[in-house]
Amino acid sequence: MPNQGKPRNRFLFSKALWVLPAAFLLFFFLVPLVKILLVMVSRSGVLSANAILQPLLFTLWQAALSMLLTLALGLPAAYIFARYNFTGKGALRLLTTLPFILPTVVVAAGFSALLGPRGLLNGWLMQAFDLQIPPISFMNTLGAILIAHVFYNTSVVIRIVGSALVQFDPRIEEAGRVLGGSRWRVFREVTLPLLRPSILVAALMVFLFDFTSFGVILLLGGPKFATLEVSIYTQTLSMLNLKMAGLLSFIQLACTFGLTLLYTRLNGKRSVPLMPRLKGEGVRKPHGIFEKAAIVFLVIILIVLIVSPLAALAIKSVLQMDVSTQTTSLTLAHYRELFINRNDAFFYVPPAKAALNSLYYAAVTVLISVGLGLTASYALVRQQGLKRWLDPLIMLPLGTSAVTLGLGFLITFNQPPLDVSSFPLLIPLAHSLVALPFVVRTIQPALASIPASLGESAASLGASPWQVWRKVELPIIHRAIMVGVIFSFTLSLGEFGATSFLARPDTPTLPVAIYRFLSQPGAMNYGQAMAMATLLMLACALAIGLLEKLQVEGSAEI
Amino acid sequence: MNLLEIVGIHKNYEGKPLLKGISLSVSSGETLCLLGRSGSGKSTLLRIVAGLETADSGDVRWNGESVCDVPTWKRQFGLMFQDYALFPHMNVSENVAFGLRMAGMKKAETSSFVHEALELVNMSGFATRSVTDLSGGEQQRIALARALAPHPRLLMLDEPLAALDRALRMELQEELRELLHKTGIPAIYVTHDQEEAFVLGDRIAVLSDGFVEQSGSPEEVYKAPKNRSVAEFLGMSNFIEGKVVSVNPLEVKTEIGLLLPSNCLKPDVKIGDQLLVLIQTTGANLATRQGGINKINGVVSECVFRGDDFKVTISCHETIYVFSLSEHCEMGQSITIQVPDSSIVCLEE
Repeated sequence: MPNQGKPRNRFLFSKALWVLPAAFLLFFFLVPLVKILLVMVSRSGVLSANAILQPLLFTLWQAALSMLLTLALGLPAAYIFARYNFTGKGALRLLTTLPFILPTVVVAAGFSALLGPRGLLNGWLMQAFDLQIPPISFMNTLGAILIAHVFYNTSVVIRIVGSALVQFDPRIEEAGRVLGGSRWRVFREVTLPLLRPSILVAALMVFLFDFTSFGVILLLGGPKFATLEVSIYTQTLSMLNLKMAGLLSFIQLACTFGLTLLYTRLNGKRSVPLMPRLKGEGVRKPHGIFEKAAIVFLVIILIVLIVSPLAALAIKSVLQMDVSTQTTSLTLAHYRELFINRNDAFFYVPPAKAALNSLYYAAVTVLISVGLGLTASYALVRQQGLKRWLDPLIMLPLGTSAVTLGLGFLITFNQPPLDVSSFPLLIPLAHSLVALPFVVRTIQPALASIPASLGESAASLGASPWQVWRKVELPIIHRAIMVGVIFSFTLSLGEFGATSFLARPDTPTLPVAIYRFLSQPGAMNYGQAMAMATLLMLACALAIGLLEKLQVEGSAEI
Repeated sequence: MNLLEIVGIHKNYEGKPLLKGISLSVSSGETLCLLGRSGSGKSTLLRIVAGLETADSGDVRWNGESVCDVPTWKRQFGLMFQDYALFPHMNVSENVAFGLRMAGMKKAETSSFVHEALELVNMSGFATRSVTDLSGGEQQRIALARALAPHPRLLMLDEPLAALDRALRMELQEELRELLHKTGIPAIYVTHDQEEAFVLGDRIAVLSDGFVEQSGSPEEVYKAPKNRSVAEFLGMSNFIEGKVVSVNPLEVKTEIGLLLPSNCLKPDVKIGDQLLVLIQTTGANLATRQGGINKINGVVSECVFRGDDFKVTISCHETIYVFSLSEHCEMGQSITIQVPDSSIVCLEE
């Protein structure tokens, strides 16, 4: 028969799906990492123990401090979110998800707009008390780093511990009370032990994020504070000491892989008693003054922490200060200026051009990461045997810092036929590496939830494989794909660490442009940075809104 | 002596009245079965007694004293949850010892009590097992042991057998009944299964529409259900409207013929009164002749073999009646059924 070989070909094709993501990760992830190691061993350069030990200790110190502060706010917040109903809870929950995808430059710009020397608070204080110098010095302090980290990671704790608490069967606590345990004793002996794994996982994740934090330290900490990440950056781009940068990257990698491994171990053990239960059971209105006061207090802290820098950013973007008359007025000048091409400075790139670059990179990132994510998800779902090595391989970039990725790309691809000028092409590749784990984690479960019988029954009803995919599978997973698209697009828009290595002066992205404008003198530069950061923030808020809508509509799947 | 008294409990749930003035009592050594459909508020009533929820109005009294201001953990009322709610981070003996430790017992002293409780539920060999490895039936027993270990003043069981398969349920019903009698702890047993209620309850209270519709011994309630809703809930289905034609002896004229009920729950009936008559499915026989009192003529629409008997459905004047007969009937066959006086009851409402 003429088409005897056809089924077999298709079989081969679906068996070979894994090759694509695996090859991508090999060339653009593993090879750069190996190159870093080779550079560390082979290149000549000055190594000093102090230049390693100091950043390492500071990295650990700030990460530990940030983690403790984050837990101090996040754990009570998770508890009130999971256990109490109060007005505005939905809005507040949405608000706390915002930091998830807010770029570091936006957050840094926000805190600068609120507390920086040109910030709102300093401006008001100087006006009110007729001061010559800004009274609050917040920028370039350890406090700034810590608060920004708490801003970012409180939502991580709320998510992880909160969802564990929400899934927690309230009857287990009630059983404790019926058996004679007071509320506090039941909390200590029943609730807390059952939550411990989730709290540990959240703490570890926050620590990992703080450990690899780059933009926050660089933008808010300033030159005084050097973490491993910032040291890699300065050793590479300022000192041109690749040997040193390679060694620091190696140490960084060893630490993050260790932490990621520990995280995976713990996360596997994290299981909360999940029992069939009514929706909203265990959630109640606050009773009594103590509970109400505690909730109001926490809600105020959360709003101040999250809203005030973002609001300050938006306000600063439309405020203009006249130095001679000491008055402020509303203006759209900063926004207008974004679109004016002033070619008076060397390497000046109009912000509109940077925004276009960003959109272009983001679009390419979506194509690569969602394309590879789909392929990888299919491979993982269809061939269980791949799970053992392909899944961890895809997740590895999660535990790798963006700066290390940037350095790896720099070392690997700075040779013929490529050179420095082709680096911008690598930006979406780096972004895709960072986005891929998230995309796979979104699409794969949706795909795995489709029972095989669905496709089989469609096939028995006469649907071709293409029709099965188009009419049965795609409608089921399209929401997960959309989540992946929005997520990788937004991630690419705001990515700063790897981009700062790869973006050439003449092809900046929006975050790189914001960073440049922020670090240049002049009120107009500052105002434009605020305007760009505001636009980026709005894009992220829109993305969060879309993601939330997708989740609400697909709540049955999630 | 009534140990527990529930007085006029009202409770709204999401703005709608769920319990509309429930009054019940449990005396020492007695098992009260609360029978009701799901959503009838049985579990809520238990939770109110346990102190896990507060009633909108009404009182819960123990030995004549209100316990409404006593927090759950000081009430010493045991409650066994429907899905057991075992502590997953503790093993079997730690679970059972929990209540003892809460009562102030040192860890080392608990072992003999734990052993006793496990023995009571035939689970002695399971002390060090993890509760997550247990089967449904085993978990059920451990939950019971945990509730019994601290010797509660009252034991409440919220549909404890609902999650188990039929065979295991039957086995555990018997065990539970024995155990409740052996320990002598007054108990409230909540279920939606009338069979279970008959097996376990010394007394049954049927909960419907927020009220206690009827309470009494299982036999009383079964023989003389107060109204149509109670009777329907007990699985009865033969109802017919009738008019009183004679009072002594009571004769009721219905569309299927003259009926002579042995029992009339409605007080002071007069000639000409309208009554609702219930005909029990059991006790009926096939009659050889048509005509006469306490007889129904109809066409067989279904006959199902049930092991001990046949469930025969007949239609008469476009109404369906169901009877348990010892003989097989053909579909479409015209038959006459003779019902004994004792199976005919005039309902109160």
